[in-house]
Amino acid sequence: MHDVVRQLLAKHGSLPVSVDEIANNADLYDAGLSSFASVQLMLALEEHFDVEFPEHLLNRKSFSSIDAIAAAVSEIADDQAA
Amino acid sequence: MTAAGPVTAMSLPERAKRAAKVAAKYADAVDREGRFPSEALDAMKAERLMGVMIKAELGGEGASLSEVADVCVTLGQACGSSAMVYAMHQIQIASLNDYAVGSAWYEEFLGRVCDEQLLIGSATSEAGGIGGNLRNSICAVDVVGDVVRLEKDATVISYGEASDAIMVTSRRNADAAPSDQVSTVFVKGQYTLEKTTDWDTLGMRGTCSEGFIFRAEGAKEQILPRPFAEIAAQSMLAVSHLLWSALWYGIAYDAFARGQSFVKAAARKNPGQTPPGALRVAEAANLLQQVKGNVVSGLKQFEAAKGNPDALNAMSFAVAMNNIKIGTSQTILTVINHCMLICGIAGYKNDTPYSLGRHLRDAHSAQLMISNDRVLGNTSTMLLVNKPDPSLVG
Ligand SMILES: Cc1cc2nc3c(=O)[nH]c(=O)nc-3n(C[C@H](O)[C@H](O)[C@H](O)COP(=O)(O)OP(=O)(O)OC[C@H]3O[C@@H](n4cnc5c(N)ncnc54)[C@H](O)[C@@H]3O)c2cc1C
Repeated sequence: MHDVVRQLLAKHGSLPVSVDEIANNADLYDAGLSSFASVQLMLALEEHFDVEFPEHLLNRKSFSSIDAIAAAVSEIADDQAA
Repeated sequence: MTAAGPVTAMSLPERAKRAAKVAAKYADAVDREGRFPSEALDAMKAERLMGVMIKAELGGEGASLSEVADVCVTLGQACGSSAMVYAMHQIQIASLNDYAVGSAWYEEFLGRVCDEQLLIGSATSEAGGIGGNLRNSICAVDVVGDVVRLEKDATVISYGEASDAIMVTSRRNADAAPSDQVSTVFVKGQYTLEKTTDWDTLGMRGTCSEGFIFRAEGAKEQILPRPFAEIAAQSMLAVSHLLWSALWYGIAYDAFARGQSFVKAAARKNPGQTPPGALRVAEAANLLQQVKGNVVSGLKQFEAAKGNPDALNAMSFAVAMNNIKIGTSQTILTVINHCMLICGIAGYKNDTPYSLGRHLRDAHSAQLMISNDRVLGNTSTMLLVNKPDPSLVG
């Protein structure tokens, strides 16, 4: 999961630094993630995992770190598979 | 902390009305001369309006954002520039109230705001392509030991010269990304302002929003402990849109009041005949009610979300606040234009009781204060994933 998130973050995050330099728990907004890029990343995740982000996960916290994104995607995948 | 003066025994709306009376008296002169509304600000300070939103333990009155917005409506009816100065000051206070908790420096500073009725300005806009994109900075704070230094090419600092303190955004350090920002309040004496641009504008002329090279040196603890990203997302953007909208509504309301009294005077002269402008008054009243509903529902949503970071961070909340700004800034122009048609040449002239030039010019700033196109662009990104809630009770 973390690997896919990293791949998509590298592609859609428009970050000024390399994703390899970012720890799983590091703050992505501090690393330069813009709100525009976070939405692009969200769309890419939806496409990749064939899921839809529910309203309660559409907030800054869900995208604040690689860990947080992976947790959010797992939560949706579990919910939407059930 | 401070012994409450007799003035604070009066209700907040009462005090706001007294200050607004002074603001109204000088509104045309302030507009014509493009000068700071010092009489109005002195009156606001005499009514002790500057610190009302600060908690009582620090010397304030713990007023809610809705109560402060109502003050903005009252001031907006009197003088758009005075109301804008007051609103911008309160936007800074709202941020400091919630995002400097536990900082000894800020507790003392907020106490001073109440005691000395200090006025706080803001420098987010920056030269070099940043414009109104307040979530990016070029300049960076330089911390050496306990000292913080900052230089910013600030394109617009409203009432910069009249401010007692200025809150400035910057990058966290020289290596930080443009969006990795902090906010720092510097007090008068800690900074110099080298004027770079004048403020000879269509409207909001009394805000004296000149450009400056801002150079400051202060104590490290003046850097707000929370990241600016969080302050902007959870407080500053929403509070700006709400307080601005409140005063814009006030400006439109006063234009409406002028249109209505024009029609009423005509009706008195010709009893039994409905004056031609009456229909437009009804139309303007309808639009005005939409503006009011917009602001009221936004305030309600904000008060409900306050203190709950999840609710404040939700995309739906940001979309709603953006919509309030867009809706209000556009609709007031239509309202004032209706009033212009009602009053005709009496509204167009600058020296009649029905003059509307100042209202119209002040109101035109609303779409540019954080460009509506920028705000719409931001909303459209969010709407790629966010679905608005259709519920009337949710
Ligand atoms: C009365 C008044 C008082 C102010 N006081 C202060 C103050 O005290 N402190 C302060 O820091 N600032 C202040 N400002 C500045 C304000 O907040 C904005 O920064 C400023 O109005 C934006 O300036 P701009 O239109 O040149 O810049 P930009 O926001 O860069 O916009 C320029 C133009 O480009 C277009 N544009 C730019 N970006 C986008 C985008 N992403 N999507 C779509 N279109 C875009 C828009 O059409 C816009 O008109 C004040 C402004 C006014 C009118």
